[in-house]
Amino acid sequence: MVLGLETKKSELKPLSTNKAVAEAAKDSNVDVVAAYPITPQTTVVERLAELIGEGELDAEIIHVESEHSALSAVIGASAMGARTFTATSSQGLALMHEILHIASGLRLPIVMSVAARALSAPISIFNDHSDIMNQRDTGWIIIFTSSAQEAYDTIIQAYKIAENSNVLLPVMVAYDGYVMSHTIEPVEVLGKKVAEEYIPKKVSWNRLDPDRPITIGTITSPDYYYEFKYAQAKALESSLQHILEADSEFKKKYGRGYGAVEGYMMEDAEIAVLGTSSYFSNLKYAVDELRKKGVKAGAIKLRVYRPFPREQLYELIKGLRALGVIDRSISYGMTPSGPIALDLMSTYRYKNIPPIQSFVAGIGQRRMLIEDFVRIYEILERRASSNSINEETLFYGVKGIDI
Amino acid sequence: MKELKSWKDYPLGGAVYEPGSTLDIDVSGWRNERPQIDQEKCIRCRICWVFCPDAAIIEEEKNYTTKTGKTFKLTYSIDYAHCKGCGICANECPVKAIKMIPEVE
Amino acid sequence: MTYELEKIKTLWDIPKEEHLVGGHSLCAGCTAATIVRHLLKVAGKNTIVVNATGCVEVSTTSFPYTAWRVPWLHVAFENAGAVASGVESAINALKIKGEIPVEKEINVIAIAGDGGSFDIGFQALSGLMERGHKVMFVIYDNEAYMNTGIQRSGATPFAAWTTTTPVTRRIRGEWRNKKDMFDIAIAHGIDYVATANPAYPVDMDSKFQKGLSKDGPSLVHVIMPCTTGWRFEPKYGITIAKLATETAVWVNMEYDVGNFSVTVPVKKRKHVREYLKLQGRYSHLSETEIELIQEQIDRKVEEINKRAGKEVIGPLEA
Repeated sequence: MVLGLETKKSELKPLSTNKAVAEAAKDSNVDVVAAYPITPQTTVVERLAELIGEGELDAEIIHVESEHSALSAVIGASAMGARTFTATSSQGLALMHEILHIASGLRLPIVMSVAARALSAPISIFNDHSDIMNQRDTGWIIIFTSSAQEAYDTIIQAYKIAENSNVLLPVMVAYDGYVMSHTIEPVEVLGKKVAEEYIPKKVSWNRLDPDRPITIGTITSPDYYYEFKYAQAKALESSLQHILEADSEFKKKYGRGYGAVEGYMMEDAEIAVLGTSSYFSNLKYAVDELRKKGVKAGAIKLRVYRPFPREQLYELIKGLRALGVIDRSISYGMTPSGPIALDLMSTYRYKNIPPIQSFVAGIGQRRMLIEDFVRIYEILERRASSNSINEETLFYGVKGIDI
Repeated sequence: MKELKSWKDYPLGGAVYEPGSTLDIDVSGWRNERPQIDQEKCIRCRICWVFCPDAAIIEEEKNYTTKTGKTFKLTYSIDYAHCKGCGICANECPVKAIKMIPEVE
Repeated sequence: MTYELEKIKTLWDIPKEEHLVGGHSLCAGCTAATIVRHLLKVAGKNTIVVNATGCVEVSTTSFPYTAWRVPWLHVAFENAGAVASGVESAINALKIKGEIPVEKEINVIAIAGDGGSFDIGFQALSGLMERGHKVMFVIYDNEAYMNTGIQRSGATPFAAWTTTTPVTRRIRGEWRNKKDMFDIAIAHGIDYVATANPAYPVDMDSKFQKGLSKDGPSLVHVIMPCTTGWRFEPKYGITIAKLATETAVWVNMEYDVGNFSVTVPVKKRKHVREYLKLQGRYSHLSETEIELIQEQIDRKVEEINKRAGKEVIGPLEA
């Protein structure tokens, strides 16, 4: 048996989120990696190839010829009982779309990192969340991360969640392309010990084994299909509990936990803005500035997107005078045009919630400085005080539009 | 096969855990005619067994002596529950030992 | 070697055990069932099958039943090559990590129709072959997208009727030629490529055997006469398959690490009319069109004989 070089001790390393994600896959002791390069994910798999080549990770790397084949190969490997990993962005994620549904329908514990990038057309290699939002209903667990450290930690947590026999659903760990994928931050890398102590592999999913031959991937008639999809829906819904358990266990062992949502200065906030991934950091800076001016502002980070953490989020927003939601993608033809805003407005329809102002910003990584985030709060406050918040989305930053 | 009364009884992800469970399915309703092997003519060449798409030809180590005194160690018979009456066996038999007769029902 | 199977030389060397059992819903007289039965007999129980969407897949795994007695995985239509690559890589990885015993031989076989290999499955097949995975890819070629209702594919031969190349005023069946998968596979640099025919079971089974014994990718392309799509009575499946080889419409060839050979030589071949007249999909052909097809075959036979270095396919019988 060939043993990989053991890195048992924790180390603090300067890593981009891409590189952090690769380290996480390595420390999770994955067995098979299959991925296709796409900007801005490329360095994830490049780093993994290096790690495998240097003997730090014993895994097979399949140089697949497209993202569709990447996820397909990873399904084949997972069905053999292997721990698998893939990574992509944008067009690649879109290309895999058909297979995303199959991965979750077959109930395989695949983990995928996505460096969120805008979808064509026109082409943009820059960051927004249109690629992720387009996969909203594929039955995957979707978690947004806001720092390289969090991405590293969440990939490891993802294996614990996915492989939990009460879950058995694939997990997408998203982070902002370029903004995070290529930005270096300090990351505590835990080392291979994590695979043994936190996520020892125990195959409880459907496995191809000549000694116990089963058939995976059957065709169903109307008499059978429905119950499988219902079971999937229930599994995704109830996975929230296991996501939080995995997170608190991680916190107990390694000192860091993130929850499903996070609030900043929310204890006494009157108005707040909700953001995802890297925007949360910016919102915190904006809140600090507003607080200096005496505004009781707060910021909310939505970390777990699917399953939607209704109760946890409700606790944070229920006492607000107004809530702004910044979406990084557009749901065309709908009012509001922001998917997260839409989710919020519908899920809390029958609960007492503050007026919600939907914003869309940063499409195609349209530049947003801290002053822009501060302006968003100001717009929110202005609309809240004049009782003019409605379902219409405010598109922040479009040339020719004044909001 | 376990009865699936509730969604909770359904196997994970649509998998089937019993190999070869189609053996429980009787396809005789597919037939318009059924094959009949004439054991006197059959030369035990194996060809019908080789070609049957439904594995419905049974090869048994069962002795058979023809009326003319020829002895064989093998006997072929039809698994009628799984025979669709396609007629490939009768068509390919080199000595025309298999006849397709109308399915009487 | 595939478990402890001796080289198949006669019908009696073919193992008895069935790994694809009856009760499935493939058409009565479907030669694909015959092909897959044989494939699994040769491969044995230590086999993982990856199946692309198609006739074989839907008809053998209708929940809650399965006709398979070996581990079987279906994902989608176009990715049998990619899924099989993943299965094979996982076996390698798990052997390195000690989760599967290193000495355990597990065959990985991808089964796809012509759609799942020539057309929508082409990319994944190409990737599999180019990367060198130890997978045997078996194509059951019924020359159209049969499962969805007989639409043309890249494997549909010249002049064949299909529902998307119907016989009408302006179109008279398929007007293009069949894609040459044999040479495409060879061009990928793999060690073993073969064409086979269920009417020649010893030849077909020994090719399955050879493919499985290779250390890298192998491809066995099998003609699969289809009673429903080619329009003939179910009982003629094997007869038509035989005629395909006897008329040189389908030549049983092999490419084994650089060596080309025709494994079923034909001393005197029949006129292609003998093959065409039994199939409804060719019933519209005029004498001129039949002669055109015969000329195409004559040219192909010339090339094959040249490639083999001798006359392996003989002239038309008088």
